[in-house]
Amino acid sequence: MTALTILQNTAPRAKFGLLLFALALLLAPWLVGSAGGNAWVRTLDFAMLYIMLALGLNIVVGYAGLLDMGFIAFYAVGAYLAALLSSPHLLAQFPALAAALPAGMHTPLWLILPLAALLAAGLGILLGAPTLRLRGDYLAIVTLGFGEIIRIFMRNLDRPINLTNGPKGISSVDPVQLFGVNFARTQEIFGLRLPSVYLYYYLFAAAMVVILFACIRLQHSRIGRAWLAIREDEQAAEAMGLNTRNLKLLAFAIGAAFGGVGGALFASFQGFVSPESFSLNESIAVLAMVVLGGMGHIPGVILGCVLLAALPETLRASMGTLQQTLFGQVLVDPEIIRQLFYGLALILAMLYRPAGLWPARTGGAR
Amino acid sequence: MDTLIQQLLNGLMLGSLYALVALGYTMVYGILRIINFAHGDLLMMGALIGLSIIRLLQSLFPGMPGLLVLLLATLGAMAACAALAVLIERVAYRRLRNAPRLAPLISGIGVSLLLQTVAMLVWSRNPQMFVQLLPLDPIEVTAGDELHAPAITNMTAIVTVGIALSLMAGLLLLVNHTRLGRAMRAVAENPQVASLMGINPNQVIVLTFAIGGALAALAGIMMASNYGSAHFYMGFLPGIKAFTAAVLGGIGNLKGAMLGGILLGLIEALGTGYLGEATGGVFGSSYQDVFAFMVLIAVLVLRPSGLLGERLASRA
Repeated sequence: MTALTILQNTAPRAKFGLLLFALALLLAPWLVGSAGGNAWVRTLDFAMLYIMLALGLNIVVGYAGLLDMGFIAFYAVGAYLAALLSSPHLLAQFPALAAALPAGMHTPLWLILPLAALLAAGLGILLGAPTLRLRGDYLAIVTLGFGEIIRIFMRNLDRPINLTNGPKGISSVDPVQLFGVNFARTQEIFGLRLPSVYLYYYLFAAAMVVILFACIRLQHSRIGRAWLAIREDEQAAEAMGLNTRNLKLLAFAIGAAFGGVGGALFASFQGFVSPESFSLNESIAVLAMVVLGGMGHIPGVILGCVLLAALPETLRASMGTLQQTLFGQVLVDPEIIRQLFYGLALILAMLYRPAGLWPARTGGAR
Repeated sequence: MDTLIQQLLNGLMLGSLYALVALGYTMVYGILRIINFAHGDLLMMGALIGLSIIRLLQSLFPGMPGLLVLLLATLGAMAACAALAVLIERVAYRRLRNAPRLAPLISGIGVSLLLQTVAMLVWSRNPQMFVQLLPLDPIEVTAGDELHAPAITNMTAIVTVGIALSLMAGLLLLVNHTRLGRAMRAVAENPQVASLMGINPNQVIVLTFAIGGALAALAGIMMASNYGSAHFYMGFLPGIKAFTAAVLGGIGNLKGAMLGGILLGLIEALGTGYLGEATGGVFGSSYQDVFAFMVLIAVLVLRPSGLLGERLASRA
């Protein structure tokens, strides 16, 4: 119903763009896969996860103008929740639980996703409630601290009760199982052979589209406009009768929920979670995607994600071989070059394109 | 009693390092109202540059006395980091002075990432052994008995605290009793009016960054001397903690940064020292870093202007 109204209300050019986007989304793994093999499709899977994260962060940073530098904490919470609910770890710790669940701990994804979203949203409110009175730059540092606290706890909560298994992380998380289809194995559907990475790609793409749709609807809703008003001038927004505190909390909660969903999918995809996947650098990476693409502008954010998510793989493929041929050995780790790019992207974007590579058309983005 | 004195000594050492770094944050914030996110990485660059100078001097003049080597390396690293801080201001912050608040913060994050990458390229990812030039031999402060180990300290820690405290005193003199200090205070108050009074705000800002960078480099070398190693990521946590210290004392206030730094060091040392005992060994020293963040959140929520800070208008 709402999808139809969107279609009816969009200009023909935008309709064409949407069609192109859908087509690209459907065909991407086949194009990328035939050119570079499954490793590249895997990169694409991660790009989808990053888009979910970045769309969530975009609500917080782009719409409401709150710089959250601990966003990865919500991703981590979602991932750990999924890992705990669908791996043998908890049962090994609590024999009573193991006796109650003879078939083992295998919570279906249908249950994990809403739980992850709820838990992350609750955590977002918990973090936001005391801190949202702070000015923007203070908020950034406090959220950064929050992200670090979450990571420190995950690293150390193997005592007194072994909840997170400490730095070793939780392994053998169940792969996604939907409609009796095991996503970890190559499946044959309508004569098409779909390796695991392709299956996950379509699952992630579907989840991403749901989040994308929610974002678009939110942006054009009363709430979305209120967020923009807060971003532009909080005092004026308050004077116009907006409840800025609740609206900011809502932005935090919704952004966090998207992050939590992404995290749960990530855990099932990887089959393994450990605290080191959720370092500050990951928060900065997601922030770089949002900032580079265009804060508050959804197509820009997606562009930023695809560019920066594809970057490490591209660098590994190009820089590695380039150095091999030039110097006979790999002198500079592509991982370091990636960091260099992230740093440069943040500085240059702020200096020369503060609204991002693909900025919103109307008004200033911030 | 021995444990208490030991933790107080540890806290004082840690706190004076935090205070040195916090001064850099607070001076820049006082004048430009921005958080220099890359400030912690200046500490890291200082330690690594100092290490390289020490290695160079030791290979060129093998007979040179250790104290002289350390002194030269420290001065060299301070000069280098002062220059680096000025460069950062020029490249990443100057154009963004009138931009929205988040812009300089984000470009600062970029600079921080960039500095870490450069450090990785030049000094590799692995921790580098920091050459010990001051004795680390334990000096017993209390006698101790059969049950308790005596509280100990060493020459490096004593020198660290001594230099840090005297530099802070010097900085206070500079800011409160010299022409330059008056110019700095004037620019912090109102850059436009200050420039009408014949002060060049850009010059003052550059000097502020230079002083901050030099202090951070000094803190970096002291930290590396005390822990015996230096690596590309060593600036992040001290940077955040020093920022916490600056906020705790009241950002923009020099005495506040010093007080906040030393307080935070003491809180951290005492908290870590007694947390294990208080919780029956459930939570150990691995939670050391949580304290600073808890303090930060608590201060910002309960008293955002800090202990000594004046009330700042909310500028979103």
